[in-house]
Amino acid sequence: MTELLRVNNLVTQFKTESGVVRAVDGISYYIDELEIVGLVGESGCGKSVSQLSTMQLISAPGEIAGGEVIFEGQNLLKFEANGPRMRAVRGAKIAMIFQEPMTSLNPVLTIGQQLTEMLVLHMKMSDDTSRKRAIELMSMVGIPGAASRIDDYPHHFSGGMRQRVMIAMALSCNPRILIADEPTTALDVTTQAQLLELMKDMVQHFRASLVIVTHNLGVVARYAQRIYIMYAGRIVESGTTKDIFGNPRHPYTIGLLKCIPRLDEEEGRKLVPIEGLPPNLINMPSTCAFLPRCHYKIDKCFKEPWPGLTSVNGNHFIRCYADTKEKNK
Amino acid sequence: MAEKNTDNKEFSEAPPRVSEWRRFWRVFLQRRIVIFGLVVFGLLVFSAIFANFLAPHDAFRGNMADSLQQPNRTYWLGTDIQGRDTLSRLIFGTRTALEVGFITVGVAAVVGTTLGMIAGFFGGVASAVIMRVMDALMSFPMLILALLLSAVLGGGIQNVIIALSIASVPGNARVMNGLALSLKENDYVMAERSMGSSSLRIMMGHILPNALPPIIVLITLQLGGLIMAEAGLSFLGIGIKPPGAAWGAMVNDGYRYLLTNPILSFAPGIAIMLVVFAFNMVGDGLRDALDPRLRGVL
Repeated sequence: MTELLRVNNLVTQFKTESGVVRAVDGISYYIDELEIVGLVGESGCGKSVSQLSTMQLISAPGEIAGGEVIFEGQNLLKFEANGPRMRAVRGAKIAMIFQEPMTSLNPVLTIGQQLTEMLVLHMKMSDDTSRKRAIELMSMVGIPGAASRIDDYPHHFSGGMRQRVMIAMALSCNPRILIADEPTTALDVTTQAQLLELMKDMVQHFRASLVIVTHNLGVVARYAQRIYIMYAGRIVESGTTKDIFGNPRHPYTIGLLKCIPRLDEEEGRKLVPIEGLPPNLINMPSTCAFLPRCHYKIDKCFKEPWPGLTSVNGNHFIRCYADTKEKNK
Repeated sequence: MAEKNTDNKEFSEAPPRVSEWRRFWRVFLQRRIVIFGLVVFGLLVFSAIFANFLAPHDAFRGNMADSLQQPNRTYWLGTDIQGRDTLSRLIFGTRTALEVGFITVGVAAVVGTTLGMIAGFFGGVASAVIMRVMDALMSFPMLILALLLSAVLGGGIQNVIIALSIASVPGNARVMNGLALSLKENDYVMAERSMGSSSLRIMMGHILPNALPPIIVLITLQLGGLIMAEAGLSFLGIGIKPPGAAWGAMVNDGYRYLLTNPILSFAPGIAIMLVVFAFNMVGDGLRDALDPRLRGVL
């Protein structure tokens, strides 16, 4: 498979009164064509900010302080943030779905107006064709009676339906990459499953890659081919879904997996939470950020700075000194 | 799987919905006082447009022989010192009032919302410059500013319009600035950005429609105030030049004969009061009808 997007050493920081917060601290990753990639981490680990940064959607006091985002041979970060070249990428080449379907649609415009806007803007469609296409898209994402509902307002739709509209809107211009930023967090569990299934089908149909940003390992387990685990603004482990779930190596990943229940496990296993809190991102020490919460720490962890990503097995990388493999058994 | 749900009859045959427009009119016309306001408003526009046909006599040149007549069958509201028919002048006066009111409100709304939107949406330097200028303008009382400008630019209706427009822009700019500041934080603005919309498109297509209800209410309520301000200025002798008809000037012309011919001042005075009252009622009705909190209650 060919590489579609590569992010190198991306750094995004927020200047606050109490200091500079490095929300994303030098992360690198790539997305292949037609791939589904999961980006997992707890709240505030920088997973959303990293995705917003690739599209230059960070607004003050945030700023992208370094790195590059290579897409179709060009560094997107070199484009003017809201300039025409960046706008030509947004929506048309890389599209995004946000967490809150209830507020992601403009309440005073009809669904049709909002769906056709992108088609007219990027695909230069006429009003007539764009309307037909919008109805088509709406039925593709499973909105019943699309033709009669196109002139409805967002408040006539439920949360799940609105998220379907958002999916239709995001895919309307055949983007190469769809970034779904916690797309199902605000929805109930049954709707979540339906929408994830729908998204998988839709990106297949439109031949796009999908990035699922989530704090829920269960969401990515089923759909993602590769997973990046983020902690405190950095990627701490990356590998195929099989690697991450079958053979987790970073203490944080191990901790995450220990605190979710499984259907196939022996009875009576207690869920083990990760104790402590994520670190304050201001004045981060040079040592491993997970150190205070780590069960595998060794002397070296206190003395040496946080290591870079090192391969443990082919494409499986971790940022850790400890030999978690032995202890984990 | 995507096509699975499309022919789901249960959902496609949704019950008929009340359209937004119907709901709007139902709330808007619910109060009798609002209907009264609308009727007065309609009559005013009608008489301003068809003043030439409605006025029973020449409003600008009187018959000196009929000077200072009490109301009678020929002159329903009497005549002034120059023998001009008060009713005719009153009818032509609506033209002045509405002309000043509408043009000023229009200019103030367009300029004020544009400036306020730019300041609120972009923030930073744009906001600092625009809003400080607005603050400075706001610190002058409207009538004083108008007097000053008329003194500099000279009398005449167009200078009254300029003066009142300048005085009304800051209010609109402030309101729009506040609206833009809060509206731009909405998720759909970020969603729009992520889909490649330009700032201009977001402002015109997404912020403005959301800001319209309060702006519409504001300018309706402004209209009454502006007609009063125009009357005040023409009472002071600024504005339309004789023999043109303006209600404020008519009040001023008549007050010397208040004891003998009170109708000369009272007729335009009552007209001003009625108009301002009517416009405020319409504004209140619009506010109720456009208030999203009342949606679904009625």
